Amino acid sequence: MKINNLQEFKAFSDRSAQAMDKQKKKVLVCAGTGCVAGGSLEIYNRIKELISEKGLLVDLELDYEKEGIGVKKSGCHGFCEMGPLVRIEPENYLYLRVQIEDCEEIVSKTLINNEAVERLMYTAEDKVYKAQEDIPFYKKQTRMVLKNCGSINAESFAEYVAKGGYQALSKVLFEMEPQEVCQSILDSNLRGRGGGGYPAGRKWQQVLKQDSEIKYVVCNGDEGDPGAFMDRSIMEGDPHGVIEGMTIAGYATKSTAGYIYVRAEYPLAVERLRIAIEDARKHGMLGENILNSGFSFDININKGAGAFVCGEGSALTASIEGERGMPRVKPPRTVEKGLWEKPTVLNNVETYANVPLIINNGSGWYKGIGPENSPGTKAFAITGNVNNTGLIEVPMGTTLREVIFDIGGGIKDDKKFKAVQIGGPSGGCLTEEHLELPLDFDSLKKVGAMIGSGGLVVMDEDTCMVEVARFFMNFTQNESCGKCVPCREGTKRMLEILEKIVNGKGTKEDLDLLEELADTISSTALCGLGKSAASPVVSTLKYFRDEYLEHVIDKKCKTHTCKALASIVIEKEKCKGCSKCARICPVQAIEGKVKEPYTINQSKCIKCGACLEACPFTAIKEA
Amino acid sequence: MGTMIIDGQLVEYTDEKNILAVIRKAGIELPTFCYHSELSVYGACRMCMVEDKWGSTITSCSTPPKDGMEVWTNTDKLKKHRKMILELLLANHDRDCTTCEKSGRCKLQEIALKVGVKKVRFGQEKKEMPIDDLGPSIIRNPNKCILCGDCVRACQEIQGVGVLDFAYRGSNLQVTTAFNKSLQEVDCVNCGQCRVVCPTGALMIKKDIDRAYEALQNKNKRVIAQIAPAVRVAIGEDFGLQPGEISMGKIVAALRKLGFDQVFDTAVGADLTVIEEAEELMDRIQRKEKLPLFSSCCPAWFKYAEQKHPELMENVSSCLSPQQMFGAVIKEQFKKEHSTDERENIVIAIMPCTAKKYEASRPENTINGERQVDMVITTQELAIMIQENGIVFNELEDEAIDMPFGFTSGAGVIFGVSGGVSEAVLRYYYKERNASTLKGISYSGVRGMEGVKEATAEIDGRTVRIGVVHGLKNAEKLIRKIKRGEEKFDFIEVMACPGGCIGGAGQPIPQNENVRKLRARGIYKVDKSLPIKRSDDNPTIDALYNGVLNSNRHILHRDGKH
Repeated sequence: MKINNLQEFKAFSDRSAQAMDKQKKKVLVCAGTGCVAGGSLEIYNRIKELISEKGLLVDLELDYEKEGIGVKKSGCHGFCEMGPLVRIEPENYLYLRVQIEDCEEIVSKTLINNEAVERLMYTAEDKVYKAQEDIPFYKKQTRMVLKNCGSINAESFAEYVAKGGYQALSKVLFEMEPQEVCQSILDSNLRGRGGGGYPAGRKWQQVLKQDSEIKYVVCNGDEGDPGAFMDRSIMEGDPHGVIEGMTIAGYATKSTAGYIYVRAEYPLAVERLRIAIEDARKHGMLGENILNSGFSFDININKGAGAFVCGEGSALTASIEGERGMPRVKPPRTVEKGLWEKPTVLNNVETYANVPLIINNGSGWYKGIGPENSPGTKAFAITGNVNNTGLIEVPMGTTLREVIFDIGGGIKDDKKFKAVQIGGPSGGCLTEEHLELPLDFDSLKKVGAMIGSGGLVVMDEDTCMVEVARFFMNFTQNESCGKCVPCREGTKRMLEILEKIVNGKGTKEDLDLLEELADTISSTALCGLGKSAASPVVSTLKYFRDEYLEHVIDKKCKTHTCKALASIVIEKEKCKGCSKCARICPVQAIEGKVKEPYTINQSKCIKCGACLEACPFTAIKEA
Repeated sequence: MGTMIIDGQLVEYTDEKNILAVIRKAGIELPTFCYHSELSVYGACRMCMVEDKWGSTITSCSTPPKDGMEVWTNTDKLKKHRKMILELLLANHDRDCTTCEKSGRCKLQEIALKVGVKKVRFGQEKKEMPIDDLGPSIIRNPNKCILCGDCVRACQEIQGVGVLDFAYRGSNLQVTTAFNKSLQEVDCVNCGQCRVVCPTGALMIKKDIDRAYEALQNKNKRVIAQIAPAVRVAIGEDFGLQPGEISMGKIVAALRKLGFDQVFDTAVGADLTVIEEAEELMDRIQRKEKLPLFSSCCPAWFKYAEQKHPELMENVSSCLSPQQMFGAVIKEQFKKEHSTDERENIVIAIMPCTAKKYEASRPENTINGERQVDMVITTQELAIMIQENGIVFNELEDEAIDMPFGFTSGAGVIFGVSGGVSEAVLRYYYKERNASTLKGISYSGVRGMEGVKEATAEIDGRTVRIGVVHGLKNAEKLIRKIKRGEEKFDFIEVMACPGGCIGGAGQPIPQNENVRKLRARGIYKVDKSLPIKRSDDNPTIDALYNGVLNSNRHILHRDGKH
């Protein structure tokens, strides 16, 4: 049904909100990629079936009048470590690691008899956390952008509207001039969430200023950092939020069409966006003359083929145009000549998702959250050796310690914290001394790291930092588009040297050469990705130089990560001389007499570890 | 307009598009691999980096000048980075310089020397990618490619052909054709503009020097040379002479020293083409059919038209190119003159062009199974032969071409430059033989270096509209306009290479607009010096029509059509 004007929109909005209230209980089954992989869709279907059997099921899209229980496929709740997750409202219970067998109990106990199923709830130090909001993982979070993720049906237009969706769009269309919208975003000091932190409002103003009949709004959903999934979760969980933000940007810059560039590896995000765009069109929130305001705007989805470099603006627009995704030299900048050489606003998913919030609540409100120069919240994907991995959102300025220890629950298996890689392959490694550092654009830049898109990989004491640097360099080299010499050839040589070092063949001079290469690459590479390609190496060399030196001089890797540097020894005292190890050794490196302690000839040993596993007396160990 | 501060020195700029041009104007030579003023700015080699006053490094090729802008071009930091970038390029390059044909002309070698790379600290990787030498004109050796993308842009931006592009990522990046096929198997038109811009030995002319030596040494072969107009104004560049300097007499002398039995001028072939094509055009105008008529002398254009516009082939002139016409005529003439002679006649064409090799090898360009032209040697190959044989080119005494094709007209010579075919045809149409008519024609719009030119002539009370294009991308644009009905022409001259044959890929490098302008000037100078201006005034031509071509004119046309 098409909504033709503002009155009709208001009526639709009110009716949807009222219908939402008639759902006396809501079951939100997480349908983010992680939980889906854990079987959440079966759980969703089962719960729906059980409620249906009892005649209590209502669907907001179909029934406005009926009271009952709503069952919804929601976006990512964030606590991915504990999935599949099921949230029950209004009690706000959060059930963890739900299995298909648990469904009946959930329905009969919680939904019919209002009892909690405590065995499915978060428990720590003998305390059962019933309400989701009380769980430490959530307690320190401020979920604004992710608010709808986990609280509405991600595939329902009506539910988005019921929660105040598209009110920001109707406000700008009928109450604000394009210039005012730009100014409002500028006043909020919303900075680009894709990594650069450039003020979105300024970008919009620059595009508005361009004299061109055709302009474009492009959304960068090509999230490529290893371990990062903030944008994916937003697109999956709140696709209308992104669409509304983009449409507002379209109005503010007098653009006519929008493109969302999503990786094809995000099929669920693509599907949810597709449904949302279709629904928005059907209801008249996209297309010709939106709400009879005179403003027309539509959005297309472009699927990327999984090239990391296509997250760079000019490579992204080239890819949409059907060209090879390679960054181009600037000027001209994207705001002047972007997609198809037309002025283009290019922001990332999370940036657009912030826009409706700012319009609805005002730029003053937004500016009040977090530090003045980096206001608002930031979503992070926290992974690695931390107890609670998942998707979180905190006000900018939250310290690393709060994120890792309070929200993330500290390091797994009570190990010691060693470092955190922030900002993906373009970012840097931070250490213990940075734990009090507030997470915002400027503070991180000062220490050679960046927020990037928001990936946080936590590492414990057993992580080899040289190997970490090698891992990221391998990623960057594979993902370099190959256009400019320093990035293409330089990263290849840096990787070569790092491989040499982890294989025990590095020299002290190699470290100087690494630094020299890093200097040339960061000063001369063509695009931002190339310029930051060496950051993981530079930051690990800065904070963990000892570890590098240990690898190249002592030929040791104290974390036992670099196999080539390990030496395997037999403890004399424990060895009974059974000869089993000598027999299993593929290179005859173990010598000795039966019933006397054996020894390993280190020059022959290839460190395969076969003897380690074979020894019945655990007399063999890595040293 | 404005003033920049470069290395502390005030430099004014006017319409320079980037600070690299301003820097070079100031007399500072910045090395570049991927910058060509005639191609789009690519910004990949990073050699032209300069430092601004805040210490940031920016590429000068992609930065427009600004009034008061201050840059430094050779700071210690920049020198260090340039050295490192070159070291990285060299580490990845097949460094068999001593046996590389490009040695001495290689930009990588030249810049490495200038920048002072003394040592490569990275291990050399032996790349062993297959060399593509299947085609008749160009050899592609990916092992020598430094991935500057110049060829990719030349093929795309000058010719609109686009057979080369990048594939794969990171250090696996390659310049290649679709599905890594041979150039012969894709739509390559053999124009060779890729090799003109290639800084290294990755794209080279496929040389026929050894085959030529073999023929020259064979006592049973009579080796006959024909020299294209554009060769005489360019070959000197390989011997330190200025572009445009006329060396025809020296070329003739050198060829005789190399052992050629007969030496002729392809301009005679061009005279035949003028007459045949002018009559074909007039005939079509009178019948009002198959217009516009497209010229057919450029083999790269011909192949392009066959591939991309087969529907236009009936609009393409049935005339063979001057090279092929002349080859056919020479073979017929010598067959007649030396009917009892046991020696085999071998025609070697000296051409500014790589596509001519392909043209000579086309199966239909034969008479009774015998090739009209047996082989094609480019300007650059001839220069190599001269050097290899210890001939001191600059000291040669001028010699004249042989009879019976001893006369050349100005109309035949100007074929070597874009607009020349049209001008020659117009000269043929205007019956008045005075200087002001000639001058009028030269000012009609056919001359000049613009990509698309137009001229209108009144002939026998009819208005004839002529279009002149060089660069196949320009040709494509014009064809689209014609198809949309936005333009109407009677005759269109198409040359694939910038500036026409003088800018051919067989010519010495480097080439740029300035070099081409000087070569064109040389061509017009030759025209001025020749007493015969019109093709039909050339006595050789008369003799031919009354001799070997008598009732034999069909050998001058494609498929014997006439």
